[in-house]
Amino acid sequence: MSEREVLELLRENARYSTADIARMTDLDGTEVEAVIEELEAAGVVRGYQAVVDWDKLEDERVRAEVELNVRLDRETGYGDIAERLARFPQVKALRLVSGDYDFDMEVEGDSIREVSQFISEKVAPVPEITQTVTHYVMTSYKENGIELGDGEDDDRLSVSP
Amino acid sequence: MTIELSDRVKTVPPSGIRRFFEIAEERDEVISLGVGEPDFSTPWAARDAAIASLEQGKTSYTANRGTRELRESIADYVADRFNLGYDPDEEIIVTAGASEAVDLAFRAFVDPGDTVAIAQPSYISYEPGVIFAGGEVLPVPTRKEDDFRLTAEALDAAGAADADALVCCYPNNPTGAIMRKEDLKPIADFVREHDLTVLSDEIYAELTYDVDESHSSARKTKSSVGDHASIATFDGMRERTIVFNGFSKAHAMTGLRLGYALGPAGAIGAMNKIHQYTMLSAPTTAQHAALEALDSCDDDVREMVDQYDRRRRFVLSRFREIGMDVFEARGAFYCFPEVPGNFTAEEFAEEVLREQGVAVVPGDVFGAGGEGHLRISYATGLDDLREALNRIEAFVDEHV
Ligand SMILES: Cc1ncc(COP(=O)(O)O)c(C=O)c1O
Repeated sequence: MSEREVLELLRENARYSTADIARMTDLDGTEVEAVIEELEAAGVVRGYQAVVDWDKLEDERVRAEVELNVRLDRETGYGDIAERLARFPQVKALRLVSGDYDFDMEVEGDSIREVSQFISEKVAPVPEITQTVTHYVMTSYKENGIELGDGEDDDRLSVSP
Repeated sequence: MTIELSDRVKTVPPSGIRRFFEIAEERDEVISLGVGEPDFSTPWAARDAAIASLEQGKTSYTANRGTRELRESIADYVADRFNLGYDPDEEIIVTAGASEAVDLAFRAFVDPGDTVAIAQPSYISYEPGVIFAGGEVLPVPTRKEDDFRLTAEALDAAGAADADALVCCYPNNPTGAIMRKEDLKPIADFVREHDLTVLSDEIYAELTYDVDESHSSARKTKSSVGDHASIATFDGMRERTIVFNGFSKAHAMTGLRLGYALGPAGAIGAMNKIHQYTMLSAPTTAQHAALEALDSCDDDVREMVDQYDRRRRFVLSRFREIGMDVFEARGAFYCFPEVPGNFTAEEFAEEVLREQGVAVVPGDVFGAGGEGHLRISYATGLDDLREALNRIEAFVDEHV
């Protein structure tokens, strides 16, 4: 059960120190480290990243959600197409989804031009892909469970009964 | 011309919390551990229900005792969770916060000159409430050596045998103490033997952690929701007990102002008599939110309880590292460390606020047994808690 608790804490904030996690659970520091190591070794924890609010930076960062429709044939399955697409560093997320289209792909680049070029030159030509619909992200309000923007003002009384 | 104030109002000093609030407001960048309310928002489903009720124009008074639906739902909930059986028609009243229920009880059961024993340290409203009702307060201090649990010996030593009523609150604000079943039994015996009425404030009932100490090292998979024991469940206690509860704490609904009282028909009827002339009925919108909260927000409550529990462990562990004595608080969202060094609680709270910008409440404010302690609320995000405790550590390192 401690695995699940450690996971929840890492998902809340992957930068919690081992000591903080130990304080919040019934584990001691070495045990916390062991649990994390196991989770990493088993591939449950695949990595750690920052949740970034790009709107707060001067640098432009362009992101798009791309809907992909594919046609499968006898030799090619979803997995084969996914493998090919996932190799592109521009692709930040790729999911097979139910509904009107097959894949849901998240693409990132430095400019709209770059992203458009990537989609038209690298993605669209993949023979199994029959259609792409690109949605540029205009504003992001929440990423990875974390609300972006300012908000978060604690307007409770600073001392109360 | 000035308006002449009543003696009752003049007798009650201004709240000790008020002063710290004022100092905290003057200073920038204060991290507050002085807040007695959840830092979570009301679960969405409950907020949605409130909004929907407004959209449907449900904005009139309800029945004095609260909507029949909500009372039924409360009856099911307390039966299921705390083993308390109450009839929604006659034995439940829905009020504007547990605060109103507490006030109704004092006014309904306390005659001028009656003595009301209060287990202390305690929530700050009981004592003024008794005084406003014309009663006299008998403090019954609880001690750290007993983990701030109320004991029959303490009741006896304070002279509570001659009191008319006893007010207690477990899980406790400000100490975070709980009473387990075996701790309550001797209290029930004492109360029956000396024929006291019990006013039991159980508003933190959902917020209990690791109640069964023998299991404390084998962490439970689920939070300990439901481990709370009510004194009203003991033989012969139902007839003489009023239980207060509400939605402010576990359901993070402080601003919606909704609470309730459970008790024998005659007593609840008397409280309703006052309620119908003063409040008419509890807020209608809030009653719709509360109904939904009971219906579908168990998971939200559990999630909040889990979060509080993690913060509780964190805070207790940090105080121990800092070298401040703190007992294992197992309820509500408070812990109650001892003030280190030669400070009084007031001095410590004031200095740590001025020097480090951390607001804590001195234990004296909560009555007998609170001296030399601080109330620390962990209804605050972990990053703020970590920073606040680092600052307290720096303060202690420098001055103690
Ligand atoms: C022990 C206790 N009882 C009652 C209340 C008031 O609750 P409500 O918001 O339901 O009036 C509080 C609030 O801090 C409390 O700590």
